[in-house]
Amino acid sequence: MAVNENRRDFLGMALGGFTAVGGIISLGAMKASWDPLPSVKAAGFTTIDISGAKAGQLNVEKWRGKPIFVLKKTPDMKPHDRDIVIGKDRFHISIGLCTHLGCIPSYFPKKSEFICACHGGIFDVNGEVVKAPPPSPLVIPPFRLDGSKLVLGEEGDEYKKLKAAGLVA
Amino acid sequence: MNKELKILAVVVFFSILTYVGVEPFAHSQMHKHVDDPTYAYADLKDSGKKGDAVKGKELVTGAGACTGCHSLKAESLPAPMDALTSASAYGVNPPDLSNSGALYDEKFLADLIKNPAHALGVEHKFKDGAMHPMVGFYGAGGDIDQEIADMVAYLKSIAPTAENLTPKDAFESACGRCHSMRYDKWSKIGTDPSFKSDKEMYEYKAKVATYDEALKAYMGAMPPDLSIIIRARSHHFLSTFIENPQSQLEGTSMPRVGLTKDGEVKVMEYLTQIGDSSKDKRESLGPWVILFFVIFSVIAYFWKQSMWKDLH
Amino acid sequence: MANFEKAKSLGDWMNQRLGLDTVMRVMAYEYWIPKNINFLWAMGMILAMMFGVMLVSGIFLLMYYKPDAALAFDSVNYTIMTEVGYGWLWRHVHGVAASVVFLVIYIHMFTGIYYGSYKKGREMIWITGMLLFVTFSAEAFSGYMLPWGQMSYWAGMVITNLFSFGSLELNGVVEWIRGDYVPGDAFILRFFMLHVLLLPLAIMALIGLHFGALRIPHVNNQDGEEIDFDEAAKLYKEGKKKESKVIPFHPVFLSKDVFVMGVFLIFFFYLVFYHYGFALDPVNFDPADGLKTPAHIYPEWYFLWSYEILRPFSKDIGLIAFGFAQVAFFLLPFLDKSPNAVPASRRGLFNIWFWVMLVDMIVLSVMGKLPPEGAWNVIGLLSALTFIGLWIALPIITKLEKKV
Repeated sequence: MAVNENRRDFLGMALGGFTAVGGIISLGAMKASWDPLPSVKAAGFTTIDISGAKAGQLNVEKWRGKPIFVLKKTPDMKPHDRDIVIGKDRFHISIGLCTHLGCIPSYFPKKSEFICACHGGIFDVNGEVVKAPPPSPLVIPPFRLDGSKLVLGEEGDEYKKLKAAGLVA
Repeated sequence: MNKELKILAVVVFFSILTYVGVEPFAHSQMHKHVDDPTYAYADLKDSGKKGDAVKGKELVTGAGACTGCHSLKAESLPAPMDALTSASAYGVNPPDLSNSGALYDEKFLADLIKNPAHALGVEHKFKDGAMHPMVGFYGAGGDIDQEIADMVAYLKSIAPTAENLTPKDAFESACGRCHSMRYDKWSKIGTDPSFKSDKEMYEYKAKVATYDEALKAYMGAMPPDLSIIIRARSHHFLSTFIENPQSQLEGTSMPRVGLTKDGEVKVMEYLTQIGDSSKDKRESLGPWVILFFVIFSVIAYFWKQSMWKDLH
Repeated sequence: MANFEKAKSLGDWMNQRLGLDTVMRVMAYEYWIPKNINFLWAMGMILAMMFGVMLVSGIFLLMYYKPDAALAFDSVNYTIMTEVGYGWLWRHVHGVAASVVFLVIYIHMFTGIYYGSYKKGREMIWITGMLLFVTFSAEAFSGYMLPWGQMSYWAGMVITNLFSFGSLELNGVVEWIRGDYVPGDAFILRFFMLHVLLLPLAIMALIGLHFGALRIPHVNNQDGEEIDFDEAAKLYKEGKKKESKVIPFHPVFLSKDVFVMGVFLIFFFYLVFYHYGFALDPVNFDPADGLKTPAHIYPEWYFLWSYEILRPFSKDIGLIAFGFAQVAFFLLPFLDKSPNAVPASRRGLFNIWFWVMLVDMIVLSVMGKLPPEGAWNVIGLLSALTFIGLWIALPIITKLEKKV
C-alpha cells in the first residue's frame, strides 16, 4: 500500500509539474502580447531639421510622445560639454521632462532658465540642475547627426561620445 | 473500458456526421464546381511564329506604340501621363510593361496586343460600339502575327527572371492598379508615404479618392481591397478566379489576368505574406503545443490508472 | 468569537481564519461522485475549463480590440492578427473554443437526456444547464458581431429583425435593440458590453448555480441506480473502496476528468492550428458592407437546427416554431412523464425517441446550412415537423412507459 501511495503522489505531482511548465511557457506568449507593437517601435525614430533654428529661441519637437527641447545657443551663452555642435552652431538638446517627476519645465529666455512649475526645480540652458528637487540634469535623447538633421532614436557617434563621458543624463 | 470505447465511437460518429454535413457537404452544394486552373488559355491561338526581340523593341518603343501610354521602367521610359491623368482618360492607370514578359502567358500577351477586350475576357462590357481603352495593335505594315511575336519576345527579353521578381512586384503589376492592399499601405497609385502634416495627408488622400472615383466609374463597382482576401476566399476560388473570372462570377467586370502558373504563385505568395502573416508561426508552434498535450495525456492516463486501480 | 491559537505554520494560520480544510473536504475530498460512470461525465469539467480558456484568450483580445464600426475590423484582422505578439493565437483559440464548446455542450445535453439525468430531483440541474445554454448562445452571438465582417453584420441584421415578431411588425423594438436603423456604432458597442461584461457575469453566476444544483440530488450514474450516498461514503472512508459505490471528487473523479481533458485538448489544438476554417468563417474576413448581402448567409453550425425550424415556414408560423424550439428543451423534465430515471436503452419507446431526436437535429443542422432549394426544402420542412411532433409525442410515450 505504501508503495502505491508513493506512486500515486509521484504521478499526480509529475502531472502538476508538467502542467506548471506549460503554464510558465505560455506566460512568454502572454508577455509578448503586452509588448509595444511593431508599428509603435517603428515610429520610435523621428528626424528633425534644426538648420532653421533661431539662437536663443526654444523649439519643442515631439519624439516618442515626449517633448524634445531644441535650443540654439546665443554667442553669449558659455560653451558646455553637453553642447551638440553642428558646424559653427552649438545646440542644447534634451528630453523636456523634469528629472524629478516628469513635468515639462518652461523656458524663460530672459533668465535663460528652465523652470518646472510642479515642484520648482530649475535647470540652466545646458540642462544642468540649478535648484533641487530634480536629482539630475535634463536627459539627452539618443540621436544621430545627419548633416543639419537630427535623427532621434538612433545612437550616432556624437551621442556615444557623450554617453561614454557620462553626460547624457 | 470496452464499453467506454463503444460510447466514444458513437460520439465520434455523430460528431463527424454533423461536421461532414454542415461543412464539406453543404459547401459542395453551395458553390458551383470549377475545375482547377490549367493556365493553358486553350481558347487563345498560338501563331507559331518565333519573335525577334530587336525588332520587337522598335515596335514597342516606337512612336505611337505601346510606350505612348505605358511606362517601361526597365528601359527608363517614364509614363507619358501620371496615374491620375491616365485614370481620368482611361478609367485605370495603364501598367508598366517591365514585368509583363515574366508574369503573363505568351499567347495571352499576343492576343492582348491584338484584341484587348477578347484576351481580357471582358467583351461583354464593350458591346454597342464602346471601345476598350487599350487600342488593339493594327500592325506596322508587315505580317501582324510576326510583329506581335516580336513584341512579345522583346517584353520577355527585358523581364526579370523568376528569382528577381519579388512577390510584391508581381502583385503590383498584375493586380495593384485596381486593388488596394491597405495592410501593406498600397493605394493603387503607389505606396502610402508618411505625412508630415495634415495638409499633405489630405492632398494625398484626395488623389487616391480621385483615382478611385475614375476606377469605380470604369469598372462599375469598386474592386475590393485584397489585404486578407487569402483568408476570405479559398485558394481554389482565388486561383480559378484569377485564371478566368467569368468561371466563378459570371458577368464580372474583372478582366482575365493571364498569369502563368509561376506568376500566379508569386501573386498568391504576396497575398499570403500580407493576409496570413502568422502562417509560419502557426505552423511551427502547432506541433509543440500538440506534443505537450500528448505527453500531458499520457501522464494523466497513468495517474488515473493508479487512482482507480483499488476501486474495482 | 472563535478561539484562535498561535499558528504552527502559514497553512495553519490560513486554515484557522478561512477554514480551508473544511472547504477542501466539503468541495473535494468528501464530495462524493458515483463510481459507475464513463468519460461522458467529464464533459462538465471540460466546459468549465473551456470557459476559462475563452476568458484568458478573451482578455488578450480585449487589450487591442476597438468597438467602433470604423475600426473594429482592422483592429481584429490587422492589429491582433499581424501586429500583436501571439495575437493570432488568442484569436484562433478564442474562435475555435467558441465553436467547439457547443459540441461539448450538445454532448453534455444529450448525455443528460440519454441517462435521464433531469429526473427525480435533478430538474434544477437541467434548468440551470439550459439557462447556461441560452447565455452561452447569447455570448456566442454577441461575440460573433465583434470582428465586424460581412457575417457579423448580416447575422446582426437578421437576428435582430426576429424581434419585430413577424406580423406584429414591432420595428421600434428592433431599432431599440440596435440603437440605430441598421447595425452600426451603437449596436457594436452594446454587443461589446454584453459580450465582455454582462453575459460573462451571468454565465459565472449560472455555473455556480449549476454546480450548486448538483449538490443535493448528487450526480447521476450510468445505470440510473439509486445510491445511498451516506452509506457508500462511509464504506469508502473505512477503506472498503471496492465495496463502495462512490469516489471522492478529488483526486479520484478528477484524475479521470483530467485525462479526458488532455485528450480533448489534443483535438482542440489540432483544430486551432490546422483546421480552424469551420469556426472562423472565411466570409467574415470580408469587411461589413451594409449594401451587399453575401451570396450565402447561415448561422454558425450550433444554431443551424433552430434556424432551420424557422426557415421552411411562412414568417409568423416560422417564428412560433422557432420560439417553440427555444423553450422545448427547458420543459423536458416536465414533459417526460415516465417514472423511470434509467438509461434510454431500457426505456422502450423513449429509446427510439432519443435517437430519432438526435438524428433529426443533425438533419435540421445540415438543411439549415444548405441553400433553401428543391429537395432540401422538403427535407427541411419534414425534419422541422418531426422535431415538433417528437415534443408533442413525448408526454404520451413516456406516460405509456412501464416502471422498470
